[in-house]
Amino acid sequence: MNFDDRRSKALKKWEDLKEKNGIIIYIGSASCGRAAGSDAVTAVINKYLTENNLKADIIEVGCIGLCCFEPMIYIQKDGNPPICYANLNPKIIPALFEDILQKGDVRKDLALGVIDKKGYGSIPSIYERPMLKPQVRIVLRNCGIIDPTDIDHYLARNGYLGINKALQMKPEEVIKEVKKSGIRGRGGAGFPTGMKWEFCRNVKSEPKYLVCNADEGDPGAFMNRSLLEGDPHAVLEGMLIAAYAIGAPHSYIYIREEYPLAIERLKKAILQMQEYNILGEKILDSDFSFDIEIKKGAGAFVCGEETALLASLMGKRGMPMPRPPFPATSGVWGKPTVINNVETLGTIATIIREGWKWYSGYGSETAKGTKTFSLVGKIKRTGLIEVPLGTKIRDIVYEIGGGVLNDKKFKAVQTGGPSGGCIPASKMDLGVDYETLTSAGAIMGSGGLIVMDEETCMVDIAHYFLTFTQEESCGKCTPCRIGTRRMLEILEKIKSGKGEERDIELLEDLASTVKNASLCGLGQTAPNPVITTLRYFIDEYEEHIKNKRCPALVCKDLITFNIDAEKCIGCGICKKNCPAEAISGETKKAHVIDLNKCIKCGICYQICPVEGKAVYKTSGGSS
Amino acid sequence: MFDVFKCVKLLKKYVSIHPSFSCKGRKKAIDMESEIRDIIEPLKNKRGALISILQQVQNRYGYLSQEAISTLADELKLSEHEIYGVATFYTQFKFIKPGVHQAKVCLGTACHVRGGHEVMETVERQLAIKHGEKTKDSQFSLERVACMGCCALAPVMVVDKDIYGKTTSTKVEGILNQYREKREGKQ
Repeated sequence: MNFDDRRSKALKKWEDLKEKNGIIIYIGSASCGRAAGSDAVTAVINKYLTENNLKADIIEVGCIGLCCFEPMIYIQKDGNPPICYANLNPKIIPALFEDILQKGDVRKDLALGVIDKKGYGSIPSIYERPMLKPQVRIVLRNCGIIDPTDIDHYLARNGYLGINKALQMKPEEVIKEVKKSGIRGRGGAGFPTGMKWEFCRNVKSEPKYLVCNADEGDPGAFMNRSLLEGDPHAVLEGMLIAAYAIGAPHSYIYIREEYPLAIERLKKAILQMQEYNILGEKILDSDFSFDIEIKKGAGAFVCGEETALLASLMGKRGMPMPRPPFPATSGVWGKPTVINNVETLGTIATIIREGWKWYSGYGSETAKGTKTFSLVGKIKRTGLIEVPLGTKIRDIVYEIGGGVLNDKKFKAVQTGGPSGGCIPASKMDLGVDYETLTSAGAIMGSGGLIVMDEETCMVDIAHYFLTFTQEESCGKCTPCRIGTRRMLEILEKIKSGKGEERDIELLEDLASTVKNASLCGLGQTAPNPVITTLRYFIDEYEEHIKNKRCPALVCKDLITFNIDAEKCIGCGICKKNCPAEAISGETKKAHVIDLNKCIKCGICYQICPVEGKAVYKTSGGSS
Repeated sequence: MFDVFKCVKLLKKYVSIHPSFSCKGRKKAIDMESEIRDIIEPLKNKRGALISILQQVQNRYGYLSQEAISTLADELKLSEHEIYGVATFYTQFKFIKPGVHQAKVCLGTACHVRGGHEVMETVERQLAIKHGEKTKDSQFSLERVACMGCCALAPVMVVDKDIYGKTTSTKVEGILNQYREKREGKQ
């Protein structure tokens, strides 16, 4: 069967699915959905269907990005568009299904929206919801819509048209197209992708290699995982096009072993591609042959850095190497190698299919196209989003994210993981793109966007990131190995209330040394969280040092827990749950915390049932 | 004088302690050798396969024992130092036998700002161990992980293969008890 036949067959299959007379249940079951309890929901659905003798197709789809609404399902009945129901739990399933399937009531009260551009009846389209409306979904277009384990679904959504088109072009033309589109590396550094390909193509050494970097190590980022779980073929098609353009017959996907589901989906997708003659020898009857091997990382953050990744790929310790030579001239086994991020590759097929003009219509002056972000932290609507580059931070936090959790005061947003920085509320009108974020002291990074509120201590955040980079430093170069250690020690001192005034100056000095003298990206960017917090939140550091006070009430050594005798109802819950037996008091009378016994675990504060909490924290004499 | 009896006695004592000299121990060692050989076989001629081999050996035994590493060294014609050199670089590899249940607390950024460290402290207190350690009865080992990629559900904790989103210090005991009960149920 040739490609056109496969495609028309897939289109027919997709159409039949959408028009099917009967019930189809789509369940969001990416890792995040599973963590939210989709497995339990699926079990109850299956039980309900068998007990009521109902037949239904169950399709597992990826993550549509509305993580805060997980677990969610879409129900499609008799060819009508699927309706999404969110925040489900096993208890409400039977009643919900009874209403929808047996009584014909769509349960508008529980419906989140219709998975279609148009609404259905009185239920609006899900794309009209505030979280999705401002988004432009190019990379994520299939996530949560198709069954990622079925290549036909991908084909029906214009999949593999990109490689089909590319194979009819000269490799140089493909590179030109990608260069014109203006796409830059989505892993964080932002190097123009087309240029990287061209360098590699022009090196006279064979064979060439392509590596897909799926070692998503930034804590707080999960864009690549979601894409690989929800639409693996998009990334694989991008790899085909990249390999064709640079002339690489072999490739590797270097993926974190912490992502078992993504690995499973990739393996399955690769088998399907082979079956469809989209991978292997003479792809789609052209002269182009290509193979893909999956390599699992073994848990080292530094392996996201390209030279360290290459060392790890070759079975060695993942230590970075000085550049040049750049991987484009000497990479895997000393051969020219292109290393591209998952998201970059996930975008390529669409660029080739739709043309560079269309793609570069999105984005800002210096950065074209869209970027995915994982919007997490102290925000109302957490999730995976995709917006045109240049979108204002304010729009992301307030329009898409719905504002700060519990309506607390917005303090900062952290981008770029341990290599990035904190952007304060006063800079909310900055657009997210490479240059703007760098000028603010942060970096774009791979796309983690962590929202922080007034209860986040910036000294604690700097300390947190330094702990991370210090542990992940491979130890090869001295500035990173010892410099980050010394910085961490100073931050520990400040956090515990032993900071001295000269510490800030010392921190600044160390930060610039580590930044300028380290060998690889890990060390060069490790001081960023410290530098930006010093730049924008110096007053918090000074409070810790001069007044021994943590304004956000986070640093344990500087806070105490107390009970407000007027608010306390004497229920005894805190007393019962205190692991240190530090709370005493008679029933229905105000309780007291013995500060000598208190270990500051915070359980009493969390568990206090009184409205407005009778337990409160103080620091440095004021609350 | 050379005391034959003393010599035999010492030898017997040694045989009884060292596992590879006892019949059962020797059989186990031979089993492991052949199993490791089976793991290596398909990857033997592939370049840079050491990490994949170590991952598979760890999958099979739960950790990389000294015996496993020395067998690998023999089979791969590498020194044990070289293998340890690679293995110790990566956090995935364990060199002591893990507990029956493996608890992990995520301390990624999203989990940190939403109180992941408090969850960690509570788990440590509940199990009376620090992260990186194993309980005395070998039922639980505890680790911290940098990020599980479930940031939207922060803070996250994992026991074996079950992921628990939106955990709080107060939920920890209930989560751990499920595994404690499983154990008691079996007995």
